[in-house]
Amino acid sequence: MAEMKDIVLEYVREEYMEDEDEELNYDTPLISGGIVDSFSMVSLKRFLENKYNIQIPDEKATPEAFDTVNSIVALVQEYIK
Amino acid sequence: MAYSDRVRGVFGSQLDEIREKGLFKQERFIHSAQAADIEVEFPSGADVRKVINICANNYLGLSSHPDVVKAAHEGLDSRGYGMSSVRFICGTQDIHRQLENKMTEFLGTEDTILFPSCMDANAGVFEAVLTSDDVMISDRLVHASIIDGMRLCSAQHDTFKHSNVEHLEKKLQLHADKRLKLVINDGVYSMDGDAARLDEIAELCEKYDAMLFVDDSHASGFIGKTGRGTHEKCGVMGKVDIITTTFGKALGGASGGCVSGRKEIVEMCRQKARPYLFSNTIAPVVVSGVLKVLDILSASTERRDKLEANTAYWRKGLTEAGFVLKEGDTPIVPVMLFNAKLAQDFSRDLYEEGIYAIGFFFPVVPNGQARIRTQISAGHEINHLDKALDAFRKVGKKHGILGLSKGEIIDKYGL
Ligand SMILES: Cc1ncc(COP(=O)(O)O)c(C=O)c1O
Repeated sequence: MAEMKDIVLEYVREEYMEDEDEELNYDTPLISGGIVDSFSMVSLKRFLENKYNIQIPDEKATPEAFDTVNSIVALVQEYIK
Repeated sequence: MAYSDRVRGVFGSQLDEIREKGLFKQERFIHSAQAADIEVEFPSGADVRKVINICANNYLGLSSHPDVVKAAHEGLDSRGYGMSSVRFICGTQDIHRQLENKMTEFLGTEDTILFPSCMDANAGVFEAVLTSDDVMISDRLVHASIIDGMRLCSAQHDTFKHSNVEHLEKKLQLHADKRLKLVINDGVYSMDGDAARLDEIAELCEKYDAMLFVDDSHASGFIGKTGRGTHEKCGVMGKVDIITTTFGKALGGASGGCVSGRKEIVEMCRQKARPYLFSNTIAPVVVSGVLKVLDILSASTERRDKLEANTAYWRKGLTEAGFVLKEGDTPIVPVMLFNAKLAQDFSRDLYEEGIYAIGFFFPVVPNGQARIRTQISAGHEINHLDKALDAFRKVGKKHGILGLSKGEIIDKYGL
């Protein structure tokens, strides 16, 4: 599943990072670190749902669950059958 | 009574947490009218001090202008104090409609509807106009009131990177299937003082059949050659479908806002926008003042020209003194300090020197981008600006940051 991590990381970099040199790794805090605001999280959720053909219930799509690439991957894996 | 000690404790600990994070906000009491020179009591109970204000949105210096005050007095005498009704019952006077018509003319739109504030305009407009078949695509740095308004609307939402038209274009392609698309921007962004690239954005909207929304609260009255706003500056007058703006900043600074734009959209607001339907509109005394403001601005560009000259003088002075500024040409001039504690100390030291300016830091601006936000006014005279520059030099020297680059300030103080 290393691959999924990198796909998510790449998406976050493309979609949210203003500055190419900014540090981003699997544990960088995205929401609490101010990289992704809770409003913009919607496009990330939609990306994951389309890419992996899953439905993440809104109540599971919390700022905590979306805070790092690692936690996002863990969440997505719960819904992949 | 059910306000038990336990309940009190719930709030108490939340407030303590805010204090511990250094985010506790405190008001400063001003004992004079709003102007370049004000008298301030801070902290509460301290002696009142005379200071120069460089943090008001009083861009045109009209907040206490004698002609505006006089017009407000006359309005109070002829139309009374309150309406005791919402607009559509018995809360609309001739002067309310007059102000709507004058704003339509001033902004170059089709029609206008007043709201109690621009916060209310932004809270009401999206829900009144869009449905779940539609999408709102907003710049990531739009004002909090727009974010709240979008939350109240059932349309889908998406965002694009700040002022990044390539990213916006991708989003417009992604949402090609929606019934209506609305692209949402601030005209001038209040934290950095940069203006939206409305010429390019308007072109994209035409290409992808999307409507264009601009909140021109920090632009109406002074941005553009005749002060009509960001759409004038960018050469797209008549191409912005929805403009919201406030009367609480340059346009007299009292209160009130409006939605101005396509006539069907304004009519939808009159039928459906909840802050319009369920809250009293702007008081007659304020309407009378704003009418005078628009007269002053339509007769001459003198005030916005003076503001432009003052802004250039201020930017040049700070740059020569060796400060790091955010690039731009609006009267919002952020002096970058990067470190939050430095910004707070700097603001306190400026106050000791008789200059009133506020430090901004996370979460109001991104982490590591703390600053003193200065705002220039046509109400400032050169001697105000010179005094303020002296104070900035003195405090800058004290903290040893004059002539330092961004990297050097960060090396010295950390982020
Ligand atoms: C961009 C923007 N929109 C709206 C508002 C709210 O204006 P009002 O005071 O009229 O509610 C503000 C004020 O802070 C603002 O900066």
